[in-house]
Amino acid sequence: MTVHVMTGNDAAATAAKLARVQVVAAYPITPQSPVVENLSKWVEQGELPAEFVAVESEHSALTVCIGASTVGARAFTATSANGLAYMTEQVWWAAGARLPIVMCVANRAMAAPWNVLNDQQDSMSVRDAGWVQLYCRDNQEILDTTVQAFRIAERLNVPVMVCYDGFLLSHTMMPVDVPDAEVADAFLPPRTAPLQVVDVNNPRNVGPVTLADPRADADGTLQPGYMEFRAMHHGALLEALEVVPDVDRAWETATGRGWGGLVCEYLLDDAEIVLVAAGSLVTQLTLVAEALRAEGVRAGVLGIRCYRPFPVAALRERLAGRALALVFDKALSYGYQGPIAEDLKAALYAAPDAPAVYGAICGLGGRDVSPGQLAAATRAALGDLAAGVTDRAPVWINLAEGSMR
Amino acid sequence: MNQKISMSRPSVGEAGRTGDWRSSRPVMRAELCLAAKAGKVTCQLCWLYCPDACITQGMPPEIELEYCKGCGICAEECPAHAIEMVPERAHGVCEMPGGAAR
Ligand code: SF4
Ligand code: SF4
Repeated sequence: MTVHVMTGNDAAATAAKLARVQVVAAYPITPQSPVVENLSKWVEQGELPAEFVAVESEHSALTVCIGASTVGARAFTATSANGLAYMTEQVWWAAGARLPIVMCVANRAMAAPWNVLNDQQDSMSVRDAGWVQLYCRDNQEILDTTVQAFRIAERLNVPVMVCYDGFLLSHTMMPVDVPDAEVADAFLPPRTAPLQVVDVNNPRNVGPVTLADPRADADGTLQPGYMEFRAMHHGALLEALEVVPDVDRAWETATGRGWGGLVCEYLLDDAEIVLVAAGSLVTQLTLVAEALRAEGVRAGVLGIRCYRPFPVAALRERLAGRALALVFDKALSYGYQGPIAEDLKAALYAAPDAPAVYGAICGLGGRDVSPGQLAAATRAALGDLAAGVTDRAPVWINLAEGSMR
Repeated sequence: MNQKISMSRPSVGEAGRTGDWRSSRPVMRAELCLAAKAGKVTCQLCWLYCPDACITQGMPPEIELEYCKGCGICAEECPAHAIEMVPERAHGVCEMPGGAAR
């Protein structure tokens, strides 16, 4: 183990190298580009015995990973924002074909208008595609989670998206412990037993037209219909609720570092007011909880590490008996509310002893979010709570309303 | 072969009874077919182009209507215009699986 000072993008690339990826296909997009620039350099210099496929679009990048993964290779790509949107068709294909591809997403705002800075609208917009989605708080977690992602993916035969905030993490230098190759190799053996065995002596068409009802195949065996395949896929995602924490614990045994599995917490034990978010905001919220505690408010932090599958049981258990869960979303389902707030409300519906849930929208398109603003928003929420408000429309933090006239 | 993902193998009818999809039927006019006229297995472009592999080589080639989806590619590609696409309703009935007519 060696400590290096590196960016989040370097941490992601280093993790892919530790995972001994065999195929990398990518198209550059800010703020992800340095991930694949690193990998391409290491392949060129002979440090990483992988195939690097330079493609003409993100759609093709994931398509190449799909082909490679189908024949048994460990495949990796990375993207951001409009790149992710451009590959969306294949995002669904990779999941439905049950391919254990790992993709890093350096979270960036969606255009229009054009913006290269951070929010989480990009990955949140594909939350329903059937990938496991993990969000990271810092660069060490990016490295550790990206290696873990391959083990999760290959155990469940589902792709895993490792999401981290663009620029805030992707371009910020932090000390990162890089495990020795032997440690990573013992944790992540070579990929075996792909679901989609391709054999020239037993040719098959993978992902053919699969209509509504089950049907007998060429041997007369009843094969599932579309809906049965989807139910099995959903089952695999639900299984991730066990596998994600298992893999995190195994990583902790191997390296001494665990990240909480599905969720992470800070000062939560006796907290009445729980601040909820995903990604680097969680780190910021720890400062907010400390500041509020200095004012006598029993505040704590609950971070969503695994956003899909949504950790309903873990959230219910940790939030039972609290007064308020205040969710900070860096994304918005337009015409409704922030995705995490929306999901948390649904998760807590009819749960015993559930807190009130308020949502706040912040940081869109890289708008700065300071701990002071987050604390002020929390104080305002406490006022609403004291006034007996049980449900509240999302508030916008640091919105310059004067400029909208 | 039970499976967690959808896969198929090359075999007759793996894509289902695609003949059910047909709204126009290819009708072979052997008197125009180059192969039939030459008395040898020549041309065979219809066989080559059929995307559902439901044409068997011959003089003239034979079309398996159980799986012909009626796309008309064979008629389009035939250099002798020997295949004509005729609307199913011109045959009087549309057959349903199980033999019922409507
Ligand atoms: S090319 Fe189309 S119309 Fe002709 S036989 Fe094949 S499926 Fe039928
Ligand atoms: S393409 Fe036309 S001419 Fe050629 S074999 Fe087929 S029917 Fe005959």
